[in-house]
Amino acid sequence: MSDKVASMQAAIADLVRDGDTVAIEGFTHLIGFAAGHEIIRQGRRDLTLARLTPDLVYDQMVAAGVARKLIFSWLGNPGVGSLHAIRRWTEADAPAGERLELEEYSHFGMVGRYTAGASDLPFFPLRSYVDSDLPKANPLIRPIASPYGDETVYAVPPLKPDVAIVHAQRASAAGDTQVWGLVGCQKEAAFAASRVIVVVEELVDEAVIRADPNRTLIPGLIVDAVVVEPWGAHPSYAQGHYDRDNAFYLDWDAISRDAKLLDAWLAEWVHGVAGRAEYIEKLGVDRLAALRPGPAPSGEVDYGAYS
Amino acid sequence: MSGGGGFSASEMMIVAAARQLAGRRVCFVGVGLPNIAVNLAARTVAPDLELVYEAGVFGARPARLPLSIGDPTIVTGATASVSMFELFSFYLQGGLVDVGFLGGAQIDRFGNLNTTVIGPYEAPVVRLPGSGGACEIAINAREVFVIMRQGRRSFVERLDFRTSPGARREADAGGGAFRRPGRGPTVVVTDLAVYRFDEAGEMVVESLHPGVTWDAVRGSMAWDPRRAEAVGVTEPPSAEELRLIREELDPRGVYTDS
Repeated sequence: MSDKVASMQAAIADLVRDGDTVAIEGFTHLIGFAAGHEIIRQGRRDLTLARLTPDLVYDQMVAAGVARKLIFSWLGNPGVGSLHAIRRWTEADAPAGERLELEEYSHFGMVGRYTAGASDLPFFPLRSYVDSDLPKANPLIRPIASPYGDETVYAVPPLKPDVAIVHAQRASAAGDTQVWGLVGCQKEAAFAASRVIVVVEELVDEAVIRADPNRTLIPGLIVDAVVVEPWGAHPSYAQGHYDRDNAFYLDWDAISRDAKLLDAWLAEWVHGVAGRAEYIEKLGVDRLAALRPGPAPSGEVDYGAYS
Repeated sequence: MSGGGGFSASEMMIVAAARQLAGRRVCFVGVGLPNIAVNLAARTVAPDLELVYEAGVFGARPARLPLSIGDPTIVTGATASVSMFELFSFYLQGGLVDVGFLGGAQIDRFGNLNTTVIGPYEAPVVRLPGSGGACEIAINAREVFVIMRQGRRSFVERLDFRTSPGARREADAGGGAFRRPGRGPTVVVTDLAVYRFDEAGEMVVESLHPGVTWDAVRGSMAWDPRRAEAVGVTEPPSAEELRLIREELDPRGVYTDS
């Protein structure tokens, strides 16, 4: 069994290239902040960033200048308000010629795009966009007549990212990856992508994976690198490991409103640390301890031995 | 703003929206006021209500007020945690959702909603979040309930962008190549009034909240709204409804103190 364990620095250097389409997926849960920060540190340029909810991580990456385009469905700071850096680069007073390009769908449309990408189909049909201005804003959302009746539905094109980055609770060295809690559309994004980086809270023996195969989201077959990075999803959360650091989501509102404050934040918390371990040390044990949830273990099931 | 009867305008909105859920079974929940309204309904008029979150949860039992649409508390103790593909394909598009809650920066008299841009799309004055799941919720949920504050900038004659379609007119239900399985918005609850929609798909004032004048309503929207034959007064919150909101659902007054 191949060992795909790599440092974050090596995985990003090896697998993320200038001009790539990168999908750091994870819907509110398990957002790959550690990977996003490493992409910023390595100075990637002209990335197309795909994600249902760009969240703070893409606000930070856009502010750091790594992106030229966003593909998304909901652009906000969840539960708080706006992503102000992205707004600065997209609204009418954005610097001429430097406006961020937007390609916009709905959530179901984005999920459908990854699904078509993962299953190598030319489009995904869905019952959405009827009587909406979205197909006018994005001409890639197109009507298609059913070959079996007189109904017409809208379709979205496949999305096949160059790289998908998925944060997870645990994986084996071979990249067999298990997730619990919200699973979003990470599976679809990973199968759609040419290269896959998995970042985990915990590296486990293959036997742990094989004891609970229903919990495996992504097989090592499609994984190129496994990065072990505890707290790598902070300030988002990892079910059972740590809660969302909501204070940071609230703080980000003021930081991202002010380009100078934001640059100072990037200098201190991204460029000013070597990696996630140093970031975590800088956050401090008290802040981290307050994010630990109480226990709520699952019941056990018996798969049975059949020999 | 106070309703004058010992409750806030937000509390009146929550209670009015919760009562509309009587008899409903499956509800697609948002954060903020809709979340409190749905949890209040589950404790009062709709004890069998199943909470669905677009993040991929069916049958949520949140132990705290969710901080976002994907809070871990919606997973722990839920009936099912599912992929977003499954949630949107099987639960929503499959026709299992009775009511979806939506809001927006702008609404027009037909219940069309804008959550995308203020100003022109290509160079907006304000870039708003966009659809999220709103567009498919408006089309596939059996009904949509809208909760939003009213004002002349939000209740507009013409939207800058139509993100989610408004009330499905009965004349359109069977015709056309595109199907809209759901009725779209059927109820709008604001800080001033409750509205329903007539057969032409236009918003009609059903009741004014206690202490609210007609002039206040007319002054906070861009058009002259149709009125029901007998515009009533919204039943004020009961002591028990207020107790549930203040002691159990939002004890810190995050969403209800105004």
